Amino acid sequence: MENQGIKKDYNCEYFNPEVETLSREEIEALQLERLKETVAHCMNSPFYKKRFEEIGLTVDDIKSLDDIRKIPFTTKQDLRDTYPFGIASVPLEKCTRLHSSSGTTGNPTVILHTDKDIDEWANQVARNLWMVGLRPTDVFQNSSGYGMFTGGLGFQNGAEKMGMLTVPAAAGNSLRQIKFIKDFGTTAIHAVPSYLTRLKEVMDQEGVDPRRDTKLRVFAIGAEPHSEEQRKRIEDMFGVKAYNSFGMSEMCGPGVGFECKEQNGLHFWEDYYIVEIVDPETLEPVPDGEIGELVLTSIRREAMPLLRYRTRDLTRVLGRSCPCGRNHVRIDRMKGRSDDMMVLKGVNIFPIQIEKILMQFPELANNYLITLTTDSDNDNMTVEVELEELFTDDYTRLQQLTKTIQRALKDEILLTPYVKLVPKGTLPVSDGKAVRVVDKRTVYK
Amino acid sequence: MTIKQLSIFIENKGGTLIRVLDLLSKAGIQIIASTVADTQDYGIYRVLCNEPAKAYLILKEEGINVQLADVIALSIDDEPGRAAQAVQAFSESGVSISYMYSFLWKGRGVLVFRANPSEKAKEVIMLKKLGFMTEENFK
Ligand SMILES: [Zn+2]
Repeated sequence: MENQGIKKDYNCEYFNPEVETLSREEIEALQLERLKETVAHCMNSPFYKKRFEEIGLTVDDIKSLDDIRKIPFTTKQDLRDTYPFGIASVPLEKCTRLHSSSGTTGNPTVILHTDKDIDEWANQVARNLWMVGLRPTDVFQNSSGYGMFTGGLGFQNGAEKMGMLTVPAAAGNSLRQIKFIKDFGTTAIHAVPSYLTRLKEVMDQEGVDPRRDTKLRVFAIGAEPHSEEQRKRIEDMFGVKAYNSFGMSEMCGPGVGFECKEQNGLHFWEDYYIVEIVDPETLEPVPDGEIGELVLTSIRREAMPLLRYRTRDLTRVLGRSCPCGRNHVRIDRMKGRSDDMMVLKGVNIFPIQIEKILMQFPELANNYLITLTTDSDNDNMTVEVELEELFTDDYTRLQQLTKTIQRALKDEILLTPYVKLVPKGTLPVSDGKAVRVVDKRTVYK
Repeated sequence: MTIKQLSIFIENKGGTLIRVLDLLSKAGIQIIASTVADTQDYGIYRVLCNEPAKAYLILKEEGINVQLADVIALSIDDEPGRAAQAVQAFSESGVSISYMYSFLWKGRGVLVFRANPSEKAKEVIMLKKLGFMTEENFK
């Protein structure tokens, strides 16, 4: 729990062994204790004090972890409404940092940190980096935006706390990145996945072979939704292991969850957070394995703990044990935003499910478009996807491919979409990011 | 015995077709014959030209879905029944033809098609002493 400083025993798999290897019972006992502390502490927040008084909630009402459901949800709108400091649970003079995210609508949101919050945050990041086999002998290049974006300072502080030589390379300028990688012997990089693809293009142009000319061995990737197939492509491109990172400025930033070497879900640190997955419509908990909206409660923060914060991210619980020896809940990669969810003929569908299938076909390019239409009171889905290579000029084989894709999609989403192959470069692209879903349905969305 | 044909994957809206024609003409490539076959969703534009390898690279560079396909181009007398005879010779030998188009070249008919298996098709051409075109003929 307390930071232990730079570890001496490089053979130990854990950065915080005593917390990382707690049993489920021990984790839950610790969570209950910390939830009570946090609820009591939130009485110092004008926002939460008012909210608790409205429903007559006191600390004494929290007797078990399930009692968390007595607490109302906190939303992004609450953060905007209380902008800038209305949720803080400590006086401003105790705060030493703020991060802010700009909103496209209304007020931005502000997250405050005390010294201790920053230190605990760094500890989570350090724990993650250690977990995937990095040690103080490694050189860590943080190719992430700095400034208000938490991926910059978050990884910087965590990598330093772990004891690595940390290069604050920031985002962009690929030639300079490549020079750093070679000159400093960089072994690990944090970046968004699309940037790594770009970096590889520049390496190719410059005749740099990452396997031959660099010491790269670990990537931390996050902040951008990506599929398992994209991760594999990145790993194959560089010959480097890529680990998925989950962060969210409302909780602190990166560090909240991270994959272990098993690469089978992200361990969310339950000594810091209580994790719930709820149905985005009914807000009732869903069983493990089912997709729902991720709801997080920070139980270790001072400046601005958030209770039952609706992240809008869709995911599911994969398990609560792991061959790595950590029993902290394993959460699947984010399946998209609850706002992106399509409901078609009563079935919940996420664009990433479709992307996952399409990426399995080497004949197809990355760009696709889902169009929903109403046809005589029936909802229909059309999936247009660009062809990567014209591998045949025989119609029969193109039709066969279409049918195979259609069948694979049906197995995944339980509906049969209309699949249409289109030439490369013909689907609309906005802001460099592909437009994924167009909903033209007239009756019900 | 086969010649190179460009097969280009296009939208049925025609946007790609115009782009392809424009790129080829700018590169000074001369189209000898071409045909579009389309379905409800997409089409394949097939082109014989004087410099197929160069044209292929130009289109590929532009990110266009293009393939260099091996096709057979028979040279036949421009008389009724000649094309039918040729096709019959293939079908009798168990060669299947996946598409076919024809055009006139210097007073003679040219019948272009893709045959499967192509080795078998070549045998038929030899045995029946059918006339065929080479890329040199189109230069
Ligand atoms: Zn694990």
